[in-house]
Amino acid sequence: MKQASTAAAAAPRKRISLWKTFARDWQLWVMILPAALYILIFCYGPMYGLQLAFRDYNFSKGITGGDWVGFKYFIQYFQSPMFFPTIRDTFVIAFFSLICGFPIPIILAIAINAVKGARWKRTVQTVVYLPYFISTVVLVAMLQILLSPTTGVLSNALRTVGLVGEKTNLLGDPSAFVPVYVISGIWQSAGWNSIIFIAALAAVDGQLYDAAKVDGANRWQQVWHVELPAILPTIIILLIMNMGGILSVGFEKTYLMQNSMNKGVSEVISTYVYNVGLKSSQFSFGSAVGLFNTVVNFVFLVLANQISRRVANISLV
Amino acid sequence: MTAAKALEKPALRSTSGADLSFRIVVGVITFFSFLIVAYPMYFIVIASFSDSTLVNQGQVILWPKGVSLYGYEQIFQREDIWRGYLNTIMYSFFGTALNLAVTLPAAYVLSRKGFAARRIIMKLFVFTMYFNGGMIPTYMLIKDVGLLDCPLVMILYGAVNVYNLIITRTFFETSIPDELYEAATLDGCSHFRYFGTIVLPLSKAVIAVIMLYYLVGHWNDFFTALLYLNSDAYQPLQIVLRNLLLLNQAMAGTTGVGGGAYAQQYADQIKFGVIIVSTVPVLCVYPFIQKYFEKGVMIGAVKG
Repeated sequence: MKQASTAAAAAPRKRISLWKTFARDWQLWVMILPAALYILIFCYGPMYGLQLAFRDYNFSKGITGGDWVGFKYFIQYFQSPMFFPTIRDTFVIAFFSLICGFPIPIILAIAINAVKGARWKRTVQTVVYLPYFISTVVLVAMLQILLSPTTGVLSNALRTVGLVGEKTNLLGDPSAFVPVYVISGIWQSAGWNSIIFIAALAAVDGQLYDAAKVDGANRWQQVWHVELPAILPTIIILLIMNMGGILSVGFEKTYLMQNSMNKGVSEVISTYVYNVGLKSSQFSFGSAVGLFNTVVNFVFLVLANQISRRVANISLV
Repeated sequence: MTAAKALEKPALRSTSGADLSFRIVVGVITFFSFLIVAYPMYFIVIASFSDSTLVNQGQVILWPKGVSLYGYEQIFQREDIWRGYLNTIMYSFFGTALNLAVTLPAAYVLSRKGFAARRIIMKLFVFTMYFNGGMIPTYMLIKDVGLLDCPLVMILYGAVNVYNLIITRTFFETSIPDELYEAATLDGCSHFRYFGTIVLPLSKAVIAVIMLYYLVGHWNDFFTALLYLNSDAYQPLQIVLRNLLLLNQAMAGTTGVGGGAYAQQYADQIKFGVIIVSTVPVLCVYPFIQKYFEKGVMIGAVKG
């Protein structure tokens, strides 16, 4: 009896308060409307369009007009001769980008943080951030200029030092594609990615260093016992976020670096979707390949997030 | 006094050996990082002022040789570059203006703790960072809303970036004291007025940072134009650059050293200048905003 009456009393009160909050907050709703509309149309709209992956696309009837075909296009992809190469190329590039690209910003940040001279520190920071603002088109053009087998300054220098074989074409040889992709990626973004760690290091309490010194810790030990623990949460969060991209490779750069000579190692999922799905108008097949990719990435992200929540009690959201 | 001395002693002792090696390693790392990052950019700059034949012979290494502005003169005569430039300026200007007009109010709303729907809206926004329709459904949508081969797509598409939205929201939450809002509402201040007259003027740092992010995003945008624009008249600078720098290069690769000499020579003359001319505007904005970076990025990082 008592429960029922309180429930009945609560219900209208809640309705009134909802209306009241709307009357009070209408300006907030107005302010968020453009962003909400954008996300709804341009982000959730394509998710609705994902049904394309399960239908036969029909040019006259649009996205929702084709017949349901279930997993036909997924199976077609799994059985196609391109399934293994696209997965392998994507994974290899993403994996090496992560393994090689992840520690360098951390080392760079610790080094920059330890620089005593303010002017040198500023100079290094400014310069290493800069390449991040270079467009992908320009970056790839720079690679072609610097690594040209005949006139490239860098390829000639590497050949003189002996790091690169006499006949190697860094722009064409399939074996050179991944190293060039990964190293140029590090060149472009290691500095930028270090900012977040530099900021975390700047926030370390000076007393911790003093305490470590009193305990007789040298500068290396301070890095190990003071600085690394301080930036560990940041490292883990970024690792989780990067795990979500283990099967995604930037379309632009791969597309721009692709040529007839390296196609055997440079056809990643995103370029495959573009070439097969858009260029050849196999819309349903392309959607299925894209969806497969997104789901795999999403699963990896969730898994990494769960593991880190268990192990380190750190997670996204 | 004695306490200070006690602190000093171990510090002094450990200056030798390990600490010295640490200093050397730090010096080496920063020096080589500087060199490796700076040299390629420096090379493009000096090559753009040099005779391209000398550049190709590998004689231009440390400073310009056979100083010539031929490349730049050629660039200024090319109509496609000018058109691309103009298009990119328009897309970047209006695109960034729209970005700010949409992102800032939304971030303000999501920073208001009293706003009941804020958690659910935030979740729906963040979800789109990790899950999306993918290339083809997005292409279909752009086609269906009539933005295919329409220059507006360059301005509208990407109007909100959820990452930038989170950075801004977190800034509003952490840097603007709640007391200000309480005081303002006591005086009968509406959300519109509070946002316009108090929040925005106090948020120059974060506005500068996300403005730069958006601006650079528009300036360097190649993907949107590649997918959604066909007409030459609408192409932004990045597409013009691609056609000029990369397609040319591929052609040169097939014709070899012997043939196609004229096209190759012409391309060599202008490619360095084109890179400079297209990249310098973005790099010019950057120093003005650099001081806000660490702060802005840090704030966004707190919430991931």
